[in-house]
Amino acid sequence: MSDGATRTENFRSWFMDKLLMGMTWPEYIRTLITPFNIVAALILSVGLPLIAMRFMFGLATITHASNDYPWGLLLGWGLFGGVPLSATGFVMATAYYIFGFKKYHPLVRLAVLTGLLGYFFAVIYLLTDLGRPWRIYYPMTIAFGTASVLFLVAWHVATYLTVQLIEFSPAILEWIRSRRVRKWALRITIGMTIGGIILSTLHQSALGAMFLLAPGKVHPLWYSSYIPIFYLSSSVYAALAMVIVVSTLVARFLRNRADENFLGNLDRLTLGLGKGAGIGIYVYFALKVLGVAHDDHWALLNTPYGYWFLVEILFFVLLPGLIFTCGVKKQRVGAVRFAAFFAVIGIIVNRLNITIITFNWNLPGHLHHIIPPWQEVAVVMSIATIHILLFRWILNRMPVLREEPGYEAH
Amino acid sequence: MARTPGKPVVDEKSATASGGEDDLKEATPRKITRRCFLGTMTAVGASTLISPSHLNAAEGFEGWPNRFGMLTDLTACVGCRSCEKACNEANKLPRPSAPFDDASVFNDKRRPDAKAYTVVNRYADPKDKNKFVYRKMQCNHCNEPACATACPIHAYNKTPEGPVVYNENLCFGCRYCMTACPFYVPAYDYDSALEPKIVKCTMCYGRVKTGGIPACAEACPMGAITFGKRNDLLKLAREKISKSPDRYIDHIYGEQEVGGTSWLYISGVPFEHLGFPTNLPKRPLLEETKGFLSAVPLVFTVWPALFGMCYAALRHRDEAAKEKAETEKKEEVKHE
Ligand code: SF4
Ligand code: SF4
Ligand code: SF4
Repeated sequence: MSDGATRTENFRSWFMDKLLMGMTWPEYIRTLITPFNIVAALILSVGLPLIAMRFMFGLATITHASNDYPWGLLLGWGLFGGVPLSATGFVMATAYYIFGFKKYHPLVRLAVLTGLLGYFFAVIYLLTDLGRPWRIYYPMTIAFGTASVLFLVAWHVATYLTVQLIEFSPAILEWIRSRRVRKWALRITIGMTIGGIILSTLHQSALGAMFLLAPGKVHPLWYSSYIPIFYLSSSVYAALAMVIVVSTLVARFLRNRADENFLGNLDRLTLGLGKGAGIGIYVYFALKVLGVAHDDHWALLNTPYGYWFLVEILFFVLLPGLIFTCGVKKQRVGAVRFAAFFAVIGIIVNRLNITIITFNWNLPGHLHHIIPPWQEVAVVMSIATIHILLFRWILNRMPVLREEPGYEAH
Repeated sequence: MARTPGKPVVDEKSATASGGEDDLKEATPRKITRRCFLGTMTAVGASTLISPSHLNAAEGFEGWPNRFGMLTDLTACVGCRSCEKACNEANKLPRPSAPFDDASVFNDKRRPDAKAYTVVNRYADPKDKNKFVYRKMQCNHCNEPACATACPIHAYNKTPEGPVVYNENLCFGCRYCMTACPFYVPAYDYDSALEPKIVKCTMCYGRVKTGGIPACAEACPMGAITFGKRNDLLKLAREKISKSPDRYIDHIYGEQEVGGTSWLYISGVPFEHLGFPTNLPKRPLLEETKGFLSAVPLVFTVWPALFGMCYAALRHRDEAAKEKAETEKKEEVKHE
């Protein structure tokens, strides 16, 4: 056999092993025909053409194109909702590497991957929404609006994305069996983790601080000089809840990709995370109450927006907290998982409240303006679908839910 | 976090003078550079050197005694829309679907958009239901523009003459300036795929710079729009109000709102009846984020020390435990 032929043969087996998970093409394609994938394909068949249209004919084709409401679901959901739920990497890496909660080892990689993809897709949503996305690097190289909070967010999200990629790289390097590079990547883990803490504290809170510039537009019950602290503290419990949500889903749907270490410990670890999330919720709840007290907004609670505010903090914040606590006390993993889903929804409700639902509350006909056009919903659903597919693609191949034999833990 | 302990709060006086802005801008990145992390912040720090420092010069700051402004006297406006027409022509904007003498546009409340820098709206007079009051709306050219504070690429500029101008060549279309503008002014041309941009009144910067006066002011047949030095206009407005206290309410809109604006208004009916936002703070909006931004260097310096220490303590504990385990093992061996 000639040299070239050997190389082709090597590549073929590498390709089958790594990308097709050891199957041949026809086998692989057959495994792809599942109900989930069919639904995903349907969503994408609507959403992808819409995304193409957006880039050919402008934002008006998929958004409200409103001058009074410059931001819609793409940013409200994708950026402002997505980023707190992607604090998973920062929270778990800090707990594990810095504070020494060693028992959470089976969940650390999953948490870092959740964070990495969460930020990656937050950027995708942003790129879809930016008027001229090809200028995305402008705040880094062309001109600097140093007084802008968004300037800080842009820098931090970009840097943190890189940090997370490095944090996750050992999994990729084990997958492609690059032992030497992996060793280098491991050396800087602690530096990356501390860098991640700095960047995350700052940009999580900065996303809230962005709204400080609009005191006339955000409803006074949600507008508070504490808003950066609200965003930061809620992102911590959001992360813990999100780790529970994601691990529950993968333990259910990708069970064969997980090892005993992951599956066997999951219930115990879920209880531990639930305890932390519960405490996080109480802290956040107390801060929110303090915020109302600080601005003396009690009277506003007795208005329609006030009722909605109460629904948010009692039903979507306090209630999941109570369920967490009860679940942990009674050792009921199911209840803790339920609370985690609930808490995650609560976070999204909060972020949508500030970015969309109460933003411009004093404009006439406000509530009619905030219903997104179906095209924007379809685009958001497609990006979310691609997010899930990529997540699954990685979990199917790389050692995330399992340890790679021959590589020591780190 | 709004007022962070450990960092002296910029006092009100220096904050409203343009020095406040510079303090903020320099304080943030310079300290970051010291703790240079990943090389990132070096670049941010460098930005301080590159970016022009005259963004957001403030009212009261003696440096711009010649700053211009506009004064709209809403009691004089008859809703003829000559200003809209003049603006449209002077700025070579696309022709509107309804002609400028079509009064049916008053049935809706319009706002400046991608095709119009300025619009005139009609409101019922709260004193006399059969009469109307008209309000011309356009960029107010704030003394400390929130749009400029918001923009991460520094695409807005408060010129020494007064107009706030926007540079399309820098903008990437995040539309944060639209979110931040308290007066709902910047519009976006969402219909363009390749070159969408922010659209707003320029206070006819080109004309003003060369000694001319804005097209709308020139065109107004009622003399409802006066162009001049902002200080003179304030004096004029005060005079008008005190001469005819029955005609005007005692408020110059724009004198103090969000730190003051170049465009001023006087009116016979309270401003909230005319769609003016009346829930705005008197201090510039950038004050609201200043506290947060001043916490940034703090996080960059304190966090590594704090978390580094936690990690060191953890390592120490681990190693001590390991050593102990090893000595115990050795001793066991010895005893055997
Ligand atoms: S009115 Fe709005 S767009 Fe005009 S300068 Fe002020 S903040 Fe900027
Ligand atoms: S839309 Fe353009 S001008 Fe406005 S803040 Fe974003 S980059 Fe700056
Ligand atoms: S100042 Fe110039 S740009 Fe602004 S509304 Fe008047 S004519 Fe138009």
